[in-house]
Parts: sequence; structure tokens; C-alpha cells
Amino acid sequence: MGILDKHGVIEKNATILLVGSLLVVTVGGIVEIAPLFYLENTIEDVEGVRPYSPLELEGRNIYIREGCYVCHSQMIRPMRDEVERYGHYSLAAESQYDHPFQWGSKRTGPDLARVGGRYSDEWHVDHLADPQSVVPESVMPKYAFLLDKLIEPKYIQDVMKTNRIVGVPYTDEQIANAEADWLSQADPDGDNSDVDALQARYPKAQARNFDGKPGVSEMDALIAYMQMLGTLVDFSTFTPDASR
Amino acid sequence: MSKKPVEKKDPETTGHEWDGIQEFNNPLPRWWVWVFYLTIVWGIWYTIAYPAWPMIKGATAGYLGYSTRAEVAEEIERFKGMNSELEAQLASADLNTLTPGSDLHNYAIQSGRATYATWCSQCHGSGANGAVGYPNLLDNDWLWGGALEDIQMTVAYGIRSEDNDDTRYSEMPAFGEDYLSDEEIAQVVAYAMSLSPVTKDAADMSLVADGAVVFADNCSSCHMEDGTGDRSQGAPNLTDAIWLFGEDKAAITAVISEGPYGVMPAWSGKLTDSQINAVSAYIHQLGGGE
Repeated sequence: MGILDKHGVIEKNATILLVGSLLVVTVGGIVEIAPLFYLENTIEDVEGVRPYSPLELEGRNIYIREGCYVCHSQMIRPMRDEVERYGHYSLAAESQYDHPFQWGSKRTGPDLARVGGRYSDEWHVDHLADPQSVVPESVMPKYAFLLDKLIEPKYIQDVMKTNRIVGVPYTDEQIANAEADWLSQADPDGDNSDVDALQARYPKAQARNFDGKPGVSEMDALIAYMQMLGTLVDFSTFTPDASR
Repeated sequence: MSKKPVEKKDPETTGHEWDGIQEFNNPLPRWWVWVFYLTIVWGIWYTIAYPAWPMIKGATAGYLGYSTRAEVAEEIERFKGMNSELEAQLASADLNTLTPGSDLHNYAIQSGRATYATWCSQCHGSGANGAVGYPNLLDNDWLWGGALEDIQMTVAYGIRSEDNDDTRYSEMPAFGEDYLSDEEIAQVVAYAMSLSPVTKDAADMSLVADGAVVFADNCSSCHMEDGTGDRSQGAPNLTDAIWLFGEDKAAITAVISEGPYGVMPAWSGKLTDSQINAVSAYIHQLGGGE
């Protein structure tokens, strides 16, 4: 047996055992994790995916703050039942600008990866304020206070800069215009609003008064985020690569 | 009878001793060792059979050619194939000619029920009984018409849906903003309440006469002079027992002041033609279809 009988040496010396274990785990890590950063078939560039607009990003922060991810996932798995219920399975690229991602594995409520456009803004307002008023069997808590909390784009540039540090490719122009874009999206009819400029920077951004009430509330921001979820990729022109 | 003592030789020890305790150096059980070797062999087979080894540009595809995406596409195709004949018929069918009890009709109702549960129940209720602001689909009161073609059109193009040019559109003005004074609104609220059998008793009769004038000047072009509404504009019938946004005075006042603006998404891009037909047929047979 020769070398195979030498295991006693490792078992009797804690230091050698530790160093050996570390080596094994390192090799495993390099083989399993490192290729994900360079392999072309794990990094899929998909047309249409863009960083969040300032208002959507604000809404996303509210989504995270309220812990929506505790009950709602944002990843449609590639299985027939999920695809038939929620739409096309999620692509990694669709959450490439998510820090942190909201995939989740716990669904007390439905998956929200493609909730955008599925319901009217009014429904979102009614449902967030009092879920049982539209879905009597729901166990979701009420979030009516979002309507009352008016917000300003005071810190949105900081949020975008922070996202840029972790790799979201916001341009200087996008950051410079963050406050203007934020306001244009929430109030397209406002005096200084420029929806065309917003949509040039963030294609497919939807601009309207989401909660139907004067002023920009947290409800506006959250609904702006919900209504864009899963709407960026045009699946009529998307060809899936089977090797993923 | 006494048992013969078994002669058994102790195996060697590991050679060390702690407080007088020694350890036999027994080999591992053979079954355990073989299972261990087997997992190694299986692991190697697995990396050959399935996508695994990272190369320069991509990972090996695996001998079996397995792909999650291909598998789900195949699965969906398989189930589509099972119903393809009925689906094709349903997509181009004239819903009025479906014979109740025929295979196609049964299929339309069943698949319509599934489509309804997935896409419609969140607003209109899992039992189709609606909610405040979201019409009940079980009754015979229709805002835009309850014939099969009307339902089909509403489902396909939506109501006030921003992303569809064919959508049904009308807009009730917010009378509280520019058009009417608070006094006139109170009058017209009283008049509107006097029209419906459920709110008649709660109406302030002293204001009804004045309210009728305000109604005739401002509301009758859409809701008609007698208040029976106009389906071509989605203006509700005010003389029936149904109040979409609530039947108390405060709710009716809010509707007249602010102007309700219910939106239904257009489903033509999201659902297939056969799904739209199926869900229309399903809603039509719930009770109120015309």
C-alpha cells in the first residue's frame, strides 16, 4: 500500500491536518468559484438590462427596508409550473445590477420577478395599503404608511455612488442628473420634468404619478420599482443559449 | 453443555496509550470502504456525463447533453403538444358558436379557469366576486358590456391601459377640482343616491331636487338623463343596486370629487389568443354573461 499507509502522520499532527484541509478546500474553491468570473457561458449579456433609475432604486431600498424579500422571491426557476404561472424564467443578467440580489428561496407570497405591468398602479396602492381589501385570503401585512411618508431625492446620489463602488456602471451623467431624473419619473408633468432625458438615460423607464396623490411618497417609489420588475428584457427577441 | 471458548486474537493496537486506555487498530468495515470507492467512481462519471469541468471559455457540456433550459422548453412543448389541436381551434373560434358540453367548450372553461386564477383573481377575487373598485364578474351589471365579444375585447385590450392603443378609454372628471362647488357636489350625491334602491333611504331628500339639475348639467351626457349609464363609455348604471366604489355617502362623494380611474392591464401581449378566448368564455358563463 505504501503511501496510503502514511495517513497516520496526518492524523497525528494537527498542524499538518489543518494545512492539508486548507489546501483541499482551496482547490475546491478555485475549481468551483473562480471559473464563474471568466467563463463566457456563465456571464450572459442580455439586451435591455440596465441599472435602476434613481426612483426605482429608491423603491428598491424601501423594498429591502420593509423586508419584502422575507416572503417574496425574485427568481422564476426554469420549471414548467413556474414559467406558466410567472412568465419566462429569470436570467442571471436580470439581477446583475442588484446589490444585494433578491432571489430568495422562501415564498409566503408569490414570486415578484415579473410583477411589472401585471397589475394597475391603483391595484398596487390598494393592495399595499390593505392587502385584504383586494385579496381577502392574503396574509400580507398592511403598508398604508408608505402613502403618508413624503420623500425627497436628497440622498439618491449617494445611493447611486455606493452602487457604483460595488460595480453598477452608473455614468457621471446619470449621477449628476439623479435628482432631476428622480423627480421627472415621479411627476412627469412637473415644471422641470424631462421624461425624454430620463428615458434616454434609462430606457423603458415608466414615468407617472404612481400613487395618484400629490407629492412623491414612498408608495410612488415602491410602485415605480414594482412596475419595472422583469420588464426590461424583450422575450420575443431573446434566444436562450441552451448551454447555460 | 458449556460453550467452547472462542479463541480470538486481539488485533494490534495503535501503539499509544492515554491513562491506560489503548486503541485497537481495526481496519474500516469493508462495506464502508467499498461505498467510499463507489462515490469516487460515481463522482468521476458525473463530471463526464453532466456539465462540469471549466475550460478556457466555457464548461464541458457533458456526455448526456443535459441542459436545464432545454429541459424546461421541452417540457412546455410536450404539454402544449397535448392540447395543440384544441388550442388551435380555440384561438380562432367564434366563441358564440361554442356548444355547451362540447369538448372545445369544456376545454375553454377549464383552461379559462386556470388562466383566471393565475392572472385575474388578484383584482377580481378568486371567486370572481370583485372588491371595492374592482368589478364583480358574477352579476349581470357590466360596465363595458357582457356579451362574449365585449368581454373578449376588455380582456385583450384592457381598460385605460397605457401600453395598448386599442384599450377602452373614458375618464370621469374630478368634479371637486374645478367643476363643482362643495354644495353642488352634496346635492348631486343626494340625487345619485336617490336613484339606487340600496341608497335611496339614506339620500338627503331636501337636496335631491337641486341635485337633479346639477346631474342634468354635468353627468347626464355619460350616465344618461335617467342615470342608466352608457356602456360605450363605460359609464355605470346608477339606478341599479351596485356601487363599484362603495355605497356610503363618503365613498360616493369621493368618487364624484376625485373621479375614479380604474385601470385594467391589456392582456393581448401576455396571454395567447386561445387563453384570452378561454378566459372570456369562462367569465361569460359565471352567471352574468349576455
